[in-house]
Amino acid sequence: MKATLFIPCFIDQFYPQVGVGVVKILRKLGHAVDFPDQQTCCGQPAFNSGLWDQARSVAEHALDVFRQAEVIVTPSGSCGAMMKIHYPELFQNTPRYQEACELSSKIYEFSQFLVNRLGVTDFGATFKGKVTFHDGCHGLRGLGVKNEPRVLLQHVRGLELLELKPAETCCGFGGTFAVKYPQISSAMGDSKCSAVLETGADYVVSNDSSCLMHIQGMLTLQKKPIRSLHLAEVLAHSL
Amino acid sequence: MTTAARQFKGEATRYTGDLTHRHWIQKALSGYEVKRDENKGRFQDWESARQAAAQIKYEVINHLDQYLAQFVKNIEARGAVVFWASDAQEARDYIVEVARKNQVRSIVKSKSMTTEEIHLNPALQSAGFEVVETDLGEFIVQLRDEAPYHLVFPAMHLTRDQISEIFQQKLGAAPVKDPEQLTMIARGVMRQKFCQADMGISGVNFGVADTGMISITENEGNARLSTSLPRVHVAVMGLEKIMRSMDDLALFLPMLATAGAGQLISGYNTLYAGPRAADECDGPQQFHIVLLDNGRTRLLADAEQRDALHCIRCGACLNVCPIFRNVGGHSYGTTYQGPIGSVITPHLRGLLEWKHLSFASSLCGACTQACPVKIDLHHHLLQNRRNATQAHPSWLERLMFGAFSIVMRRAALYRLAMFMGKLFQPLHPLVKGTAVDPVKAWTRTRETPPFAKTSFRSWWRDQQKGA
Ligand code: SF4
Repeated sequence: MKATLFIPCFIDQFYPQVGVGVVKILRKLGHAVDFPDQQTCCGQPAFNSGLWDQARSVAEHALDVFRQAEVIVTPSGSCGAMMKIHYPELFQNTPRYQEACELSSKIYEFSQFLVNRLGVTDFGATFKGKVTFHDGCHGLRGLGVKNEPRVLLQHVRGLELLELKPAETCCGFGGTFAVKYPQISSAMGDSKCSAVLETGADYVVSNDSSCLMHIQGMLTLQKKPIRSLHLAEVLAHSL
Repeated sequence: MTTAARQFKGEATRYTGDLTHRHWIQKALSGYEVKRDENKGRFQDWESARQAAAQIKYEVINHLDQYLAQFVKNIEARGAVVFWASDAQEARDYIVEVARKNQVRSIVKSKSMTTEEIHLNPALQSAGFEVVETDLGEFIVQLRDEAPYHLVFPAMHLTRDQISEIFQQKLGAAPVKDPEQLTMIARGVMRQKFCQADMGISGVNFGVADTGMISITENEGNARLSTSLPRVHVAVMGLEKIMRSMDDLALFLPMLATAGAGQLISGYNTLYAGPRAADECDGPQQFHIVLLDNGRTRLLADAEQRDALHCIRCGACLNVCPIFRNVGGHSYGTTYQGPIGSVITPHLRGLLEWKHLSFASSLCGACTQACPVKIDLHHHLLQNRRNATQAHPSWLERLMFGAFSIVMRRAALYRLAMFMGKLFQPLHPLVKGTAVDPVKAWTRTRETPPFAKTSFRSWWRDQQKGA
């Protein structure tokens, strides 16, 4: 199968190793990978800010870029949910509604693609360390990703998985919310960081780099030794 | 920024900075979560129960005119007087008038958010009536001259010490710590008030259309006393609170208790059907129902967000909301706090004045997942944002996102913008944290990630070339 990648803008620029990890894993599993280099952003910042016209024009660009794709895999639950859930809504009563629905049906969050579409839970990955997993909200509640990343992590040799308590509480990022209401966002981040530290893990792992940007940003400023990694980085570590 | 938005921002800053308060609320709600999950497990299937509840509400709300007419006809036949109030003023005026006509002196009230919504207490007090709240939590916040902190738990923000303190100050009580003793102090005061009161005011949890009754849920028994001892009973009911039949209650009564308070069923669930009948020896002589619109029909007209009228005010969405848990109930400045408040207040009190609440959300969706009647809460926050931005666009945001959409439509411009970002990032430490730092809202509490030396697309291009 040929998997077309959507690498969200901030992963492209800040965390390219996440995309590289995804490519390595998919190739190791024997699949062809494609990256249409005209891709940019899914439009979520404008959508969440209430500017749906501006969001739609960015989304139209995505419709053009991914028209030929068979399946689209993205290592971000949040951008994935934007395309899968909100694109059809955004294009309702417009000529491109059908296209938006087609694109929506092709979108897979990375861990769901591996486990549900490819049926893979173990490909011999090794990673030494204690790891706790943070569920990104849009992946969790928007796309229903819950067990997939955990199953994948449980099959990594040398990795000890420690459950976060509570695992399903938002880290406080929320896109523009983080700068519109920094005090609330940071208070939420604080609780998340304390929960992460309480697990005693060496790494906090997620399937959403945006949450990790927020969590790592706080941990670094607080000079805490724990490191954040995307699920794809952990799985590709030994490849 | 509107006054309400400024106030919210200020209060949110104050409360999020108050670690003791944050911990207290987290602690208060952690017990609830355990009990809620335990009792959810007693439903054959919680998700199917939610689906069934949502369908019932959908049916009722989409035929509200018919069910309301049926409800009114049946309850009037039982001797109730029904008053349709189109806004808060009409409702207040009617209730004050009923009190005057009946030469009422003192009034007892059971817990009702709808009467909070119409600011009934100040209106009655300024008309010269004594009004005493009889729900323990409401009684306490009334003594403190505060608004309820939470739809369901009005005094959850207070410690026992704080409660004892206000009892000492306002009631001359002795200092006690034991919750039972605290309750006894309140009960001592209330019992007298119950006996003296000429009028009782309550809310309504559900109005049953086919039997013409109202259902009130409580845990303390105070609502039964407030509604049966005084001569006159006035029940204030939002016009969306209709159920079709008693069968619907069989689902909704346990659901309300479990979702909202983590109980299997609330302590008292009572049906009231009109005033004292000729062959009855107790109950009020007059029974008034005030059916309140106050913006609800505006919400009904909005096909996208009509399901917000499904709300049974259980409070589950507040309990799970990380925003509520950090800013607390008083920051909102609204009658209804938390996610449901952020969704409906713009409809009830004006979009532009209250839109900020829809932006004060990380859109995590915990509320939507918790809501027993499946209101698409976080999605409605997005729709409120869109509507507010359309009605009153901020030129700065329009400019920013206009530029954003131009750049993101062209990969070459995107690359250029990222190149500029990378070029200027090394200069960021010079302004970091100062007034001219463009991202200071972020950097105060969080480090910014560095641009990678090689972006993913560059890596891709290089390895494609190499291949
Ligand atoms: S919106 Fe749903 S969860 Fe929130 S109070 Fe209403 S019924 Fe309960």
